[in-house]
Amino acid sequence: MKFTSQKIAYHFFALSMLLLVLQIVYGFIMGFAHMGFDGLHEWIPFNAATATHKNLLVVWILSGFMGAAYYIIPDESDNELFSVPLAKLQFWSLAVVGVIAVAGFHVGWWEGRKFLEIPRPLDWLVALNVILFLVIILMTLLKGKKQTTTAWVLTMGLVFAALLYLPGMIYFDNLSVDSFMRWWVVHLWVEGVWELIMGGILSYLLIKLTGVDREVIEKWLYVIVGLTFLSGILGTGHHYYYTGGPDYWLMVGGIFSALEPLAFLGMTIFAVQMYRKGNKRHPNKLAIYWTLSTAIVSFLGAGLLGLAHTLPGVNLYTHGTLITAMHGHLAFWGAYASLVLAIIAYSMPLMTGRKLHDNRTGHLAFWMSNIGMVGMTMAFAAAGVAQVYLERIAGYDFMVAAKETQAHFFVLIIAATVFTIGVLMFISNFVKFGKPVDEALQPEAEFEAIQG
Amino acid sequence: MLSKKQAKIFFLGGTVLFFLIFVAMSFHSLTVGIPQNTNADQLSDQVKQGKLLWDKNNCMGCHTIMGEGAYYAPELTRVYSRKGADYIRTVLNAPEGWGPRGRMMVKYEFSEEEVDAIIAFFEWMDNAHLNGFPPEPSLEK
Repeated sequence: MKFTSQKIAYHFFALSMLLLVLQIVYGFIMGFAHMGFDGLHEWIPFNAATATHKNLLVVWILSGFMGAAYYIIPDESDNELFSVPLAKLQFWSLAVVGVIAVAGFHVGWWEGRKFLEIPRPLDWLVALNVILFLVIILMTLLKGKKQTTTAWVLTMGLVFAALLYLPGMIYFDNLSVDSFMRWWVVHLWVEGVWELIMGGILSYLLIKLTGVDREVIEKWLYVIVGLTFLSGILGTGHHYYYTGGPDYWLMVGGIFSALEPLAFLGMTIFAVQMYRKGNKRHPNKLAIYWTLSTAIVSFLGAGLLGLAHTLPGVNLYTHGTLITAMHGHLAFWGAYASLVLAIIAYSMPLMTGRKLHDNRTGHLAFWMSNIGMVGMTMAFAAAGVAQVYLERIAGYDFMVAAKETQAHFFVLIIAATVFTIGVLMFISNFVKFGKPVDEALQPEAEFEAIQG
Repeated sequence: MLSKKQAKIFFLGGTVLFFLIFVAMSFHSLTVGIPQNTNADQLSDQVKQGKLLWDKNNCMGCHTIMGEGAYYAPELTRVYSRKGADYIRTVLNAPEGWGPRGRMMVKYEFSEEEVDAIIAFFEWMDNAHLNGFPPEPSLEK
């Protein structure tokens, strides 16, 4: 840690961990409901559980990105954060808005728009919060002694993520138009600008963990994020096949969706090659594991499993089934959740001075959470394929298919238990680190210091 | 060998070009394609009220419509022609909440006007052209 102001990142990481646990709790409520055990229906009906589960995901990932930016931007710009009190204000306002939103979902204060359920009055508070965050980050960067490509890619990802929230705040009477604009937000986030953020954080981690020359890493960073937008922007078309859009989206969406895995494959090759080229003496093995797994699992979850159902002929049958949940879980876990865990695993030893970066708990957390998530993905896949055949091909009623797939949710819950134990072990390590301390300040670049 | 500057041009140029194409296609979709496919001229006040109720009650949090939602309850794109208005009315007015095969729906207390609006919304949805979605079951006897 080069600057004391970087410590603010800890608050955001802690909030992320808390919200992740809550997200998992709601995931279990939904899993049991799919199995037929919905004893909480009176208090937490499924639509409240799913709104909470999905929005907690968005908020904990965003909180992780914000923490990452607060840690990375001062380091990359060689400057203290613009204002720590403002950053604290931004943190507490984010937490308060999050609590109000989650509480609101339980009393029916929401909008029925998947991933964007936060009601519009709260949207304005979210927008204010994000503007404050961006002002702090941009001022830090602009006043810095240097402005690196990594810092700009990360910052631009955050700026465009904020701008893309705006189309989601407009109300449309036509459901099809509403859906069209909702994907402007959600797709262009997760298969667009969030990948800029991902590229920026990955690039930072690879520079720090491998010691490979910054110019080499940043050159390939441009290529990867270029590929992401080249495929991802028009790849939005796969959401417009069957939602009232013109039929040209079938061709455009199909072609560019088929290209989308290339960007993720590029990300994987990029990370693995940099690791192979680099010096392997970095002691933070857990950060290396999480960094490489981000690149590899995102390719499997977002790239390959996305391709498995985004071609129009396949999607006609899989659209609106549990196949989407299969893809969604591994994609979010690989691309974004693991990335947040990677930057936490990297930064916590440096913020606290405690070297818990190669311990048994941390390794078990890594393997159990990943194996558990793969198990969950397989359970969703089995349930989804069965649903497609029973409901879409054989023509059985939805509930007949749902009854037949209940057993897969038992497997899902077993896998989710393994996953949860892994996550709790990660959090137990996080807690063991304790709070950041000024004594952990290390003015030299971290990698050189360790090598020296 | 690719230089960093060339990589930057590839990124910026490609992003701007494809985003402009996307904006142009979106503009056409929003102003021509979707209004035609969804019979936007038939969006009466009653249909709009139905859509508002759909959103307000987060029906998408259990059901899917146009294939979008939460996969916990049936797809409702063609529910109007599949089940009919009377069936939908019965479901929405179920005094203890609808619970087919043990899976419970939230108990609602809609007024008759609201029930009519939701049915009108489903009827409007029923007529939308969605490129063949939902598909006809190929093995159905």
